[in-house]
Amino acid sequence: MNLEYHQAVIIGGGPAGLAAAIRLREKGVEDVVVLEREGQTGGILRQCIHDGFGLTRFGESLSGPEYAQRFVDEAQRLGIPCLTDTTVLRLDADRTVTASGPAGLRHIRGDAVLLTMGCRERTRGALAIPGSRPAGIWTAGVAQEYINLRNRMVGREVVILGSGDIGMIMARRLTLEGAHVKGVYEVQPYPSGLPRNIEQCLNDYSIPLHLSHTVTDIHGRARLEGVTISRVDERFRPIPGTEERVDCDTLILSVGLIPAGDIANGSGLAVDGRTRGAFVDEHYQTSIPGVFAAGNVLHVHDLVDFVSLEAEALADAAAEYLRNGALPPCPLAVRAGDNVGHVLPQHISGTRDFTLSLRVSRPLKKATLTVRQNGREVLRRVLAKALPAEMLQLSVKAERLDTSGDLEVSVS
Amino acid sequence: MQQSYDVVVIGGGVVGSAIARELSRWRLRIAVLEKESDVCTQTSGRNTGMLHAGFLYKTGSLKAICAVEGNQEFDAVAQELDVPFKRTGKLIVGFTDEHRQRLEHFMARGEANGVKGLELIDRKRMDELEPSAGGNFAMWCPASGILDPFAYTIALAENAVRNGVEYFLNCAFLGEERQPDGTHLLRTEKGDFRTRWVVNSAGLHSAEVSARLGIPGYVIKPVKGEYFVLDKLAGQFARIPVYPAPNPDNTFDTHATPTVDGNVLIGPDSQLARDDQDYESTQAAMDGLIESGSRMFQHMEKSYFIRNFAGIRPKRVDPATGTVQDFVLETRDEAPGVVNLVGIESPGLTSALPLARRAVALIRAKEELVPNPGFDPRRKGIRRFIDMSDGEREAAIAANPDYGEIFCRCEQVTKAEILQAIHNPLGVHTVNGVKVRTRATMGRCQGGYCETRITEALQQELGLDCRDIELGPAGSWMFTGSVKGGGEA
Repeated sequence: MNLEYHQAVIIGGGPAGLAAAIRLREKGVEDVVVLEREGQTGGILRQCIHDGFGLTRFGESLSGPEYAQRFVDEAQRLGIPCLTDTTVLRLDADRTVTASGPAGLRHIRGDAVLLTMGCRERTRGALAIPGSRPAGIWTAGVAQEYINLRNRMVGREVVILGSGDIGMIMARRLTLEGAHVKGVYEVQPYPSGLPRNIEQCLNDYSIPLHLSHTVTDIHGRARLEGVTISRVDERFRPIPGTEERVDCDTLILSVGLIPAGDIANGSGLAVDGRTRGAFVDEHYQTSIPGVFAAGNVLHVHDLVDFVSLEAEALADAAAEYLRNGALPPCPLAVRAGDNVGHVLPQHISGTRDFTLSLRVSRPLKKATLTVRQNGREVLRRVLAKALPAEMLQLSVKAERLDTSGDLEVSVS
Repeated sequence: MQQSYDVVVIGGGVVGSAIARELSRWRLRIAVLEKESDVCTQTSGRNTGMLHAGFLYKTGSLKAICAVEGNQEFDAVAQELDVPFKRTGKLIVGFTDEHRQRLEHFMARGEANGVKGLELIDRKRMDELEPSAGGNFAMWCPASGILDPFAYTIALAENAVRNGVEYFLNCAFLGEERQPDGTHLLRTEKGDFRTRWVVNSAGLHSAEVSARLGIPGYVIKPVKGEYFVLDKLAGQFARIPVYPAPNPDNTFDTHATPTVDGNVLIGPDSQLARDDQDYESTQAAMDGLIESGSRMFQHMEKSYFIRNFAGIRPKRVDPATGTVQDFVLETRDEAPGVVNLVGIESPGLTSALPLARRAVALIRAKEELVPNPGFDPRRKGIRRFIDMSDGEREAAIAANPDYGEIFCRCEQVTKAEILQAIHNPLGVHTVNGVKVRTRATMGRCQGGYCETRITEALQQELGLDCRDIELGPAGSWMFTGSVKGGGEA
């Protein structure tokens, strides 16, 4: 076996991986390589042709391809090697990455390995939606790839299940391409995507959003012919008698994203059941020393700007790791308390400032976010609103922390 | 269009394809009529993939004889036809004294049927074999195994084609007219076929086809069973199929079965099908499977759900009493030139070749057949990247760079495999055709990554308009056309 060595091996050339690669170079790490399974870098942004990206990171509104191109150009300018058409098959616990491409297999060991593979979409099978299995049922991202990258139109009469951002963006996209979007149905009593998308993608096009509704049956043998929609109760159980058939030939699912860290399944990397991404410390280091994770492979973000910023913070830590051979230990746990769906990082040092990321489990108006340690309030922040659709991020100062005692984060 | 054959087989499932393949050992013009777009879309593809041992069926029945025979020869068959197969053994578990009595009954029956190696074991031994199995005791049946039912049906059909059989897909049989010379004129969706012999292996439609061929009176009860497919991450907990003690009527409730690829199947349940296409999953059945499946498999967790499906067992029943009857395999004087198979349900997958040999024997009893000198019993499947060692992968990519290009991330299916599947010997040109030949789209992302690549490859390789690409059955169109004009999508 021919084993190659690099200082930093980055898996995934999307907005996280490229941002990390560029920052590593800026921090003096010369030997960086990016592995990308597609024919070109840029990741999922290549198919996100709508605008609204970059407001935080660049202070202007860009389309997905424009946002990605800034990083692609910069990586190119810095001469960072990006191996495209290279699919990683597995990551081993010794930080060896095995990848496949038309030129053959490569075995690459990194002093640091950065996981920046992004996420995948939750499917109909994962939800176990009853009914038949005809053509015409796609996750929103697949429909988006067909329309925006492969120039193929997927249907005429469309129902969208789930009010995730991609679902709403596809509602608009399909409408603009002449399809009739009959409605967006959301099982929760509140939307799961961002308010701006409800305005710009649904309201502006008079596409109705039905909260507390879900698809309870799917009809058609060859091509989709219709779905049954039911109202649900507060525990998401369909209410008998509320069934309504909606004829359609296309069902688009926007029902959640899941970190796509599958290649690490055989490595023993510890995974958080809440985020379905890796457990990390404040340096974005996983349970395997020298293996780092950031972006949507770690936890699903709301905006790509935060993906890039997180990857840059990861790169700062990875550069320090490569310089010193280790990072300060992180013995303190951070726990999700009341009304917190998940929280990151799961471990901290207690001796340094760190960025806390979390999502609330249910929407609140006039909420108070509290971080406690040893029964003491470390941080308190009053929020005008807290929505599950929006990731909350805030900086926690080391001077407020004890060097022992776990942290608990709650929102009430 | 009218074409002339010695034998026309109606139904290209595992039994029809096995018969076609066994017939191709002889110098005959053979056609297979399949109403669907591929050979394993109905009962043959919608099952647990179990190689049954034969302890369940009444001693002396065709089900018992064929299951035992098919089970015992399958290592050689799997090798000859390159079919993924593991002789895992099976645990049939019990909780109560009544269960123990039933297990003892079936153990005695199995021994009478010729099943080897059956033993009753305690919990301690179960823990050694399969710790995640439920139950207090079990019957251990080492002869049972698991196979890929898609791969097996396709292998039989491809080997038949290799040996001269012609397959007609999307070609439903509509009716038969007996000609003055005793031959049959078969009306189909794709024109008329003239033939000396007709084989009825129409599965769910076998009673109806039997009647049209002059043998009325059979009744098929379509009994539906639903399944959950669990992620390969759950597969680490399931090495051996775990079945509950059989019911008094010789049926099994929900069981947990590893697939030969490493997933886990939970199911099937048992309910009367609405019709022959009632493959819908239902909330009630799903709830039932979650409950009953948890008893058989301790890792029945929602995070492992990746897919649901349903199959229908064509059970032949006594019209008067409704009791389930044995397989029918017959020729009758009142319907000359007809080989009739009715009610081939489980263990039909295991019994396919034994039934096929017996079907051919019925023809040979009426006329002398001349061996086909070109017959080759061997068939090679598409070589799978995921099954190769790293060294083998290096060599495969060096020989064909397409073996380095991963199309399906979850199942690690390469472009080379996809292209071989698109150009399959049966001429199946659907996304599902690629799926069942390669496992692309069968992983946890359910085609989220690879489906776009597969449809594009289908379009390019076959020179199709995107509007002609179909998911599976006739009419399952995927695209209305290009988004923007000016260029071909």
